Amino acid sequence: MIALRHIFIALALFVSAFSFHTTSFAQDQFSKSPAVEARLKKLSTELRCLVCQNSTLADSDAPLAQDLRNEIRKLIETGKTDEEVVAYLVARYGDFVTFRPPVNASTALLWFGPFIMLIIGLITLIVVLKKRAKLLAAEEVS
Amino acid sequence: MKLKFLIPLVLFFILVGFLGKGLFLDPREVPSPLIGKPAPAFEAPVLGDPSKTFSTADMKGKVWLLNTWASWCVACREEHPLLVEMLAHDIPLYGLAYKDVEQDALDVLDKMGNPYIITANDADGRIGIDYGVYGVPETYVIDKAGIIRYKQIGPITPESLRDKILPLLKELDA
Repeated sequence: MIALRHIFIALALFVSAFSFHTTSFAQDQFSKSPAVEARLKKLSTELRCLVCQNSTLADSDAPLAQDLRNEIRKLIETGKTDEEVVAYLVARYGDFVTFRPPVNASTALLWFGPFIMLIIGLITLIVVLKKRAKLLAAEEVS
Repeated sequence: MKLKFLIPLVLFFILVGFLGKGLFLDPREVPSPLIGKPAPAFEAPVLGDPSKTFSTADMKGKVWLLNTWASWCVACREEHPLLVEMLAHDIPLYGLAYKDVEQDALDVLDKMGNPYIITANDADGRIGIDYGVYGVPETYVIDKAGIIRYKQIGPITPESLRDKILPLLKELDA
């Protein structure tokens, strides 16, 4: 009896997991061309959903994300390149939509900051080591 | 100087300063790249009277506000009374019903008052995408040349109206 109930619960969970997936992308107008879907999938994993900001456009079921996926499908179907699609979204929502921020004046610190810190660290290290060597040399003399 | 031991402490406070500032930033507020750019042109049916259309071309030479809203949006109810008050003060407020059922939107205007001179109906959200709307309500201030000068993300508050929108309208009208 108990085993049967467990099986039933497992089955119910299994089914509900799938039904969730079908509802979450209900508004997506899937393209007939698998190539378009493949490109959309690749592109949308690199783009941010603006409603639920830490998920990608690919796995968000926010209405805006669905609209944007449909929009990207249309753009791909009209022959736009991946760069043009990203540019289309950046023009509307800003660099924030891309998970890989472009290198420009406002993101320079983000890109080069770590290297600047590394250089400062190295300079500090060299200065400290040199000083210590001098102190040691002085001690040895005395 | 023997104050060198203070350097880590100073650096620590600088770090605290940055982190503290971060606490008061709203990560949901994404600055719009459209500010200083021409407002995307559109032509859309008028809410409640689909035989007529509203076009951005009609607004050339005027300073106006475009407020995106929806009947399903809770924050829009919050700002609605303020919008009604704004209309009484001759503020040229136009609405964009974003992804809404027409009758639901009309019901809201019936119940809470209609603060808009005209509301355009963006049933599929296409216009919203062009304007970079990612969460209603959002409000755009557009100048005589059709350039977006300001974007209010989220409900207009009495403070943002007094400190940002009203001074800007005054400046643009001059």
